[in-house]
Amino acid sequence: MTLRLRRWAPGLLLLSPSLVVLGIFVYGLIGYTVNLSLQDRHNALPAEGYAGLSNYTNLFTEPTGRFQHNLWNLAVFTVVFVGGTLVLGLLWAFLLDRRARAEGLFRTVYLFPMAVSFVASGVVWRWLMNSGQGDNAGGLNAIFGDLHLGFLENPWWTAPRWGMAAMALPAIWQLSGYIMALFIAGFRGIPGELREAAVVDGATTWQLYRSVLFPQLTPTVLSALIITGHMSMKMFDLIMSVSGPQWITEVPSVYVWQTLLTYDYAKAAAIAVFLLVVVAVVIVPYLVHVNRVEKRS
Amino acid sequence: MRLSKRAAVGLVGVAALLAAATGCGSDSNSSSGGGSGSKNVEVFTWWADGGEKAGLDGLVGAFSSACANEKFVNGAVAGGAGSNAKQVLAARLQQNNPPDTFQAHAGAELSDYINSGKIEDLSQEYKDWGLTDSFPKGLIDSLTVNGKIYSVPANIHRANVLWGNKTVLASAGITKDATSMDAFFADLDKLKAKGVTPLALGKDWTQQMLFEAVLIAKLGPDKFKGLWTGSTDWAGSDITAAITDYKKLLTYTNKDRDTFDWTDAEKLVIDGKAGYQLMGDWEAADLDAKGFKEYSYSPFPGNAGVYQWLADSFVLPKGAQNVDGTKCWLKTVGSAEGQKAFNTKKGSIPARTDASPTDYPAYQQAAMADWKSNTQVPSCPHGSACSQGWQGAVASAQGKFSTDGDIGALQNALVSAAKQFAKP
Repeated sequence: MTLRLRRWAPGLLLLSPSLVVLGIFVYGLIGYTVNLSLQDRHNALPAEGYAGLSNYTNLFTEPTGRFQHNLWNLAVFTVVFVGGTLVLGLLWAFLLDRRARAEGLFRTVYLFPMAVSFVASGVVWRWLMNSGQGDNAGGLNAIFGDLHLGFLENPWWTAPRWGMAAMALPAIWQLSGYIMALFIAGFRGIPGELREAAVVDGATTWQLYRSVLFPQLTPTVLSALIITGHMSMKMFDLIMSVSGPQWITEVPSVYVWQTLLTYDYAKAAAIAVFLLVVVAVVIVPYLVHVNRVEKRS
Repeated sequence: MRLSKRAAVGLVGVAALLAAATGCGSDSNSSSGGGSGSKNVEVFTWWADGGEKAGLDGLVGAFSSACANEKFVNGAVAGGAGSNAKQVLAARLQQNNPPDTFQAHAGAELSDYINSGKIEDLSQEYKDWGLTDSFPKGLIDSLTVNGKIYSVPANIHRANVLWGNKTVLASAGITKDATSMDAFFADLDKLKAKGVTPLALGKDWTQQMLFEAVLIAKLGPDKFKGLWTGSTDWAGSDITAAITDYKKLLTYTNKDRDTFDWTDAEKLVIDGKAGYQLMGDWEAADLDAKGFKEYSYSPFPGNAGVYQWLADSFVLPKGAQNVDGTKCWLKTVGSAEGQKAFNTKKGSIPARTDASPTDYPAYQQAAMADWKSNTQVPSCPHGSACSQGWQGAVASAQGKFSTDGDIGALQNALVSAAKQFAKP
């Protein structure tokens, strides 16, 4: 008994501060938020009682369809952002994997944007994606105009239905380098013998990548998907600095902020919990999978 | 007792962390209370720079001569047009640790604080200080909630003013601002033919302002006021007509309006790229500050004789440390000297009707005359007509309308917002 305790106790004791802090500030507050989201608390007054799930169902029955619009925006943003970073990251990693000259330089250049905060890049991209056209053009539209590429001028993020695709551009610009780094690590992790064997067997470059290298990148793709995917769903700072809080570009996280400002605590909590569940649906299976793989090895 | 070294280290570590954590907690609790005998008056605002800061400084000058025993403590929180300050304020009110007084838009926006019992009734002070007679009746009516008054307005701004670039207007053959919507549309067509943006517009709340000006023109002041008290029906056909007019107005505005702040729209007017802009009368001070002289101003077409007001005001929070000091501050804010010191610097007009116009620049003199003679109506985007929740719902619906122009959907959203937020 004492022996077991002696083996256990020091470790547990050292862990306990972070366990306590985690317990209170992560799981405790998640519990608090879930509890709040079930209450009838829509102003600065204390709650009048429990409202059950009506805070959640009300999100979907608003006459303007605001929450559905938010989710649509989030979906467009996520698809373009995740897809864009994956494609660009893979392309760059592929090019650098071909032993390009000055690889180190390119790697650094592509990685640099990641060091910029979303707020800072958002302010610059806000100007680049100025929606004025023709004589009022600014930013990229003005450059297109000067290059006689007027047909490329577009309203960017102010386009009503697909504007969020433009909003994803700064995010792609910032995160592609990171995804590239992941893929380079992925390529380098593949044993050289496999490449050699394929070349000896007379595989073309395309066949080498298609049948030998890409299949081995699946774990990398999965990590990249998870990392960009959960970032995308929590995106707040970039949107706030490019467009500010407004209808066209509103996503759930901005909606939470707007609702909190008007003291509608229960509704804000309901949106936050909804978002948490969506993120969890993506991440938890991945964590389970990773755990299983690690145990196996 | 052969507790291993590791365990001992662990114990010490835990103890230190716990001590640090509790230390932080008690620290933040004790530092902010000033003690009951304090003579400090902490004034919480979002006036941190520009004309607003100058106005606050003027007010502080008047305060220190009128209340020599009290010391002004600046609790300004900068940034975000007040949204940062509102976050901080909400947190402090939740912890029952309010500043001695805080800035809030006068009128319905205060209802959040009143309903939660965060601020005190000032009706008796209004009588004692003679404010009931110095403020116009329309203002007193809007400030009164269930027979009680909770705030002292420091200034008055007007929201429904149409600003124009005289040079551009003259080149399109417009010499006099239109007084009806039909004439206004005709003028906008002339401007369009000239190849300029007829009406410069910005995003969310600026669109709300334009829509309200159209509502006032369509409904008249009394029915417009009724929209916010529940006596006018948002589902009515006159509202549909107003939305239709508003939609037509949007076709005369810059397409990139949703990316524009009000100052960006103002710049179109200054640069001669736009003819008109609807904006509150803080634009006068801003145009003067930017050295642009060739501007015209008039009430929005169909709004003559109606003064859509908004005001910054101060309140007495429940649990304020220095109640006497706060009352002295509020008395100064409402006094003739205080209002003069504040408004000549901020570019607004005093709420009192007994101020001397000669102390003020030209635009403000005209506004002061109108303030006395016009019908006063409140404004939703600026908090005098509706609560913050209502503002948010309308802003969102308006933002949607700016992209899809769906008249029925906008009206539905307005009806349901009123249902949710209007006092029965």
